[in-house]
Amino acid sequence: MKAREPFFWITISCGAVIMAFILLPLIEMMTAPSLAMLLETIKDKNVVRSIWLSVYTAGSAALISFVLGTPLAYLLARTTFVGKRLVEGIIDLPIAIPHPVVGIAILSVAGKNHWLGQALGELGVRVMGSVTGIVIVLTFVGLPFYLNAVKNGFENISPRLEKVSRSLGASMFSTFVRITFPLAWRSMLIGLIMCCARAISEFGAVVIVAYHPMIAPVMIYERFEAYGLKYSQPVAVWLVFISLTLFLILRILTVRKKQEA
Amino acid sequence: MITIEDLNIRLLDFHLHDIKLEIGENEFFILMGPTGAGKTVLLEAIAGLIPITSGTIIIGERDITRLPPERRGVSIVYQDYALFPHLTVRDNIIYGLHFHHIDKTKAKKDFSRLVEELNLVHLLRRLPTNLSGGEKQRVALARALMVEPKVLLLDEPISALDPAFREEVRNGLKRVHQSSDCTFFMVTHDFAEALSLADRAAVMHDGRIEQIGAMEDIFQRPRSTFVADFVGMKNLFAARYKGTKAVIDTVEIELGRKPNTTHGYIAIRPEDIVMSTAQLSSSMRNSFRGTAKGVINQGLFYEVRAQVGDITFTSLITKRSLLELNIHEGSSLILSFKSTAIHTF
Repeated sequence: MKAREPFFWITISCGAVIMAFILLPLIEMMTAPSLAMLLETIKDKNVVRSIWLSVYTAGSAALISFVLGTPLAYLLARTTFVGKRLVEGIIDLPIAIPHPVVGIAILSVAGKNHWLGQALGELGVRVMGSVTGIVIVLTFVGLPFYLNAVKNGFENISPRLEKVSRSLGASMFSTFVRITFPLAWRSMLIGLIMCCARAISEFGAVVIVAYHPMIAPVMIYERFEAYGLKYSQPVAVWLVFISLTLFLILRILTVRKKQEA
Repeated sequence: MITIEDLNIRLLDFHLHDIKLEIGENEFFILMGPTGAGKTVLLEAIAGLIPITSGTIIIGERDITRLPPERRGVSIVYQDYALFPHLTVRDNIIYGLHFHHIDKTKAKKDFSRLVEELNLVHLLRRLPTNLSGGEKQRVALARALMVEPKVLLLDEPISALDPAFREEVRNGLKRVHQSSDCTFFMVTHDFAEALSLADRAAVMHDGRIEQIGAMEDIFQRPRSTFVADFVGMKNLFAARYKGTKAVIDTVEIELGRKPNTTHGYIAIRPEDIVMSTAQLSSSMRNSFRGTAKGVINQGLFYEVRAQVGDITFTSLITKRSLLELNIHEGSSLILSFKSTAIHTF
């Protein structure tokens, strides 16, 4: 057999270290609580409520991103204009900003000292310590992931397909429904999942805007602070289980996409 | 049929200037020009896919300048086929029927005819990914014609194909052109392709139309040095006219006629120059002694460059003639050509 070069062994060892680095803590945590404890935890109404709140607020954030983000993603994929780079940079900002700072930034416009906060208050919308606040924060951090995924999806569809469709008699709307959407829905779904996955894991920004009602990460933190590792682990396992399910769906979808291309 | 008047388009990095074109009903018209001349821009402007700055486009009696693409009755076929990847060949072809009110029995008849003429019967249930380039282009052609456009725009439909598939697409094009009353407007940078398909053509360069006319005219009587060069008139010289003669430096060429200017260009196709080793006894009025400066293999032909005085003539000969005449660099040659082979402009 041909002798492998040292470079080959370097790549293999680095890969093994990374795999262990990711998997070891996760597996350790997942297997730490007993089955009985897991069952007992999921019977706890507070736990179910906070996990459900996490899923529900993250899902709402994804839905808002879908409605507001899709047209912008299409615009960015199809047109060039002065300042496009700037717009793209702004979209990526929430990824780069430290999470507690996001929370503080949102509170500073939603608070009583800002006209927007005052206007919202008069309309009866409360941001601080409310589900609304949580959804706003999660949308803020999840939106870039949706936008970038869908923008890439649109960019991969040749504009000529749309041009041909138009010349064959289809209006802009029909073209979107019959050509663009069928070719882009998979990237939209991936965008939704990415956005959801990012939103469900948010802690730092949420804890500043809304400690209560308690989403799962906040509850995990609280139980860890108050009762220690053993008591926080089962909740964490359930949250990871849900995040992993989302991630798994994403992988299956992307693999199928590659096969088709 | 298509009338374009004073069309100007200003894009970020490209301009089209004062385009004027007149194309007849059911004509097969070709727009030629090198890459970057603006051919696709003009095509997309006719289809309504690019905003125009000024000018008018009239198809039939209708001014379509401000109409959206879906209401122009203009179909387009691209070099890269642009088939809808998620639809089968059949669904691709009938795509346009969703938006047109075409009688069902007639549509069925048209469908069968197109599928037959373009030899697509066995492919109808396949997805575009699994087709060859030639097959894809024939599907694109059928799809474009299914909606009975008044004008069919073709953006280099043949150039990207393997040589083996060019023939089938070219023949398909000829067949569907004959059986429809649609006007074909094709863009190409390949002169040979143009010759075999069209009657009339235009040559475009740098966003302007350089010449427009019968294929034969453009081929034999280019009106600018650019067109002459583009159609392969490799012997192109600036000349001074003296009586019936053109003078280029020290060489005097007999034109057999008196030009009505004092300066101009003369152009001779390389295949019109005959090379020999001994003086030919023929009716050819021009005969010069020269020296071979280069012999270049062009595949089917050899290009021989020969120096006469201070100018270099280019001629094409077959490999067989090359061997028979034993021409190599430095050989002494006689170059002869008829005065009728000389084009002046």
